[in-house]
Amino acid sequence: MKLTKRSDGRKFDQMREIEAKVGVVKRADGSAMFKIGNSIAYAAVYGPRELHPGHLQDPTRGKLRCNYNMMAFSGSGERVRPGPNRRSKEIGLVTEKALTPVLDLSHYKNMAVDVFIELVQTDSGTRCAGICAAAMALADAGIPMRDMVSAIAVGKVGDKVLVDLTKEEEDVEEAVDMAVAFTTRGGEVTLLQMDGIIEKSDVKESLKAARKACEQISKIQMEALKKKYKK
Amino acid sequence: MTIYIKTLLEKDMREDGRKLDEYRPIKIQYGVSAKSAEGSAKVCIGETEVIAGVKMDIGKPFLDTPNEGVLMVNAELTPLSSPEFQLGPPDIESIEISRVVDRAIRESKAIDFGKLCIKKGEEVWMVFVDIYPLNDAGNLFDAASLAAIAAIKDAKFPEVVKGKVNYKKHAKGLPLKGTPISCTIGMIGNKILVDPTNEEEKELDARLTIGIMGNKICSLQKGGEKPLSIEETEKIIDLALKKVKGLEKKL
Amino acid sequence: MGELKVKEKEIVVPGEILAVGMDFLPAGGTFREDDNIIASQIGVVNLNGRLIKIIPLSGKYIPRRDDVVIGKVVDLWLNGWKVDIGWAYDANLSLKDASEDFIEKKSDLTQYFSYGDIVLTRISEVNGSKIIDVAMKGPGLRKLIGGRIITIVPSKVPRVIGKQGSMINLIKELTDCKIFVGQNGRVWVNGLDPKKELIAVEAIRKIDEESSSEGLTDSIKLFIEGRLK
Repeated sequence: MKLTKRSDGRKFDQMREIEAKVGVVKRADGSAMFKIGNSIAYAAVYGPRELHPGHLQDPTRGKLRCNYNMMAFSGSGERVRPGPNRRSKEIGLVTEKALTPVLDLSHYKNMAVDVFIELVQTDSGTRCAGICAAAMALADAGIPMRDMVSAIAVGKVGDKVLVDLTKEEEDVEEAVDMAVAFTTRGGEVTLLQMDGIIEKSDVKESLKAARKACEQISKIQMEALKKKYKK
Repeated sequence: MTIYIKTLLEKDMREDGRKLDEYRPIKIQYGVSAKSAEGSAKVCIGETEVIAGVKMDIGKPFLDTPNEGVLMVNAELTPLSSPEFQLGPPDIESIEISRVVDRAIRESKAIDFGKLCIKKGEEVWMVFVDIYPLNDAGNLFDAASLAAIAAIKDAKFPEVVKGKVNYKKHAKGLPLKGTPISCTIGMIGNKILVDPTNEEEKELDARLTIGIMGNKICSLQKGGEKPLSIEETEKIIDLALKKVKGLEKKL
Repeated sequence: MGELKVKEKEIVVPGEILAVGMDFLPAGGTFREDDNIIASQIGVVNLNGRLIKIIPLSGKYIPRRDDVVIGKVVDLWLNGWKVDIGWAYDANLSLKDASEDFIEKKSDLTQYFSYGDIVLTRISEVNGSKIIDVAMKGPGLRKLIGGRIITIVPSKVPRVIGKQGSMINLIKELTDCKIFVGQNGRVWVNGLDPKKELIAVEAIRKIDEESSSEGLTDSIKLFIEGRLK
């Protein structure tokens, strides 16, 4: 299928409108909001703090724990039953794996750094929005980080590689949906998940497109962080 | 234990300089989740922030009320909003807030449940109100109540096409006869204070949350371990009746 | 040979390259990666000769030996007290370190320190991250009566104190308050007039929020004088 344009008028490599704000949860040690299109993610960081239960503690360094949750009214269809489910648990896991490589937790032996992500409104690209918010929140909390992390969903729809897929685009027959996270300076992949079936060349092209998009996102994240402190 | 809160109160002062009967600044934003929820609102009372959303669906009515819609209120004290909340199923604090917010709305008869009936005994509208704090700086009871009623006020029926709900289009608003407001007042020693902060909440000897619609009281919930005299209770209720006038204006 | 990529007092975020080349040396809040010196925390650039460091704008207090901190007594047990100093773990105040007096094991400990008491104390030992000991023996260390506590970012403590105490003394004089600033970011403020005490608190919060403004002492002076009217 040849794709000539996107239904919302965006260019193939164009992301939806992004809004980022840091310090939105005053009680947290660090927090941020990341909005892309209609997906709105809040992230709050508490830590370093005591890790219970004891047997989960790591005596060599601190542990990052991420929890992802969609508010019951955040889906565009029916209400989402509150509580963790398999999907949200998996997203929590990959979020942890996406962020841990850039964190220096060596001074927090036996302790935990807890990240809580809540989705207020969901319209595809939510796990990536969560990761972008969480990365800002960790920096806001003063957790030592070697690099920033940004995430975006890209995919192959028809014959084109598209950046920041909408739900409509994800649902197109034989569309491929890939969630990727990159470190800013290092350009390394810390999150990589894919649904669909594609050629190797398409994977390369998608990763390239994702990297470009993540570079733009990281600029927005950095600006949001500096804005909080630059009064 | 924070001794200085009591010493300040002895001089009729509070940590943030408020008078004993003063609310922190209140802001309400509607439609914060407009692309997904049928109705939504975010309420800020000082630094306390709570978001509530309404989702609606068609379902079976309860056996004893075959021609009335169904209301379900659920508050989740998410650990995002405070270092004191844990992951896991709703604990007793969340349950209390859910039920107290529910009670004020239900008992006030603000929503005309009869108008939510589609087919008696078979199909009625179910109204789900889900409440999440985004930052707990004290007095979640009032922020949650305000957010819930604001979200209900903001809510519109989704379209029904051939008996199925179409969430992409919305029609008119919910049949609301009024707006029940809750006011939480606490006592420390013999001092009565309105809208307690976190630190003040920890020192409260007693707490009374009063649900009010118009001039009528539609719910009461006492918390805290110290008993209240009848006199104190009446004084608190009188104060609440006064304070809700200001809260109502914010909606 | 080396190139500085940022200016003094610039706000930088984690992962930002601060300097290139072996001329510069990484200090607090920075690290070296190949040829680059990179920020690891959000903060303000501070240059000292060849040393580049970041003064963090956020982050919890990490206990250090000999720091004088403000703590809250949260528990009593047989051998002493547990003191909350704003760290993930509470510090231990043992009987032998609590006072110049000799405290007998079976005596009533609450006559010395009780639940909720605020203390100005010194960290005597840090063993790993879990075991922190504090001591009350030393000049000025004692229970603080009355007043209230506010918390600021620990790295802002030097700003609140000011050069040779200039900032903190200004606030004390203008508001008639006694003030102690703990290295853990806890500040104890005690004024005879509760309204003036609140103004002192607001002034300290203002300093906490301003990241790096010139002439902060003057603007705080103006702020307090304005509020006092």
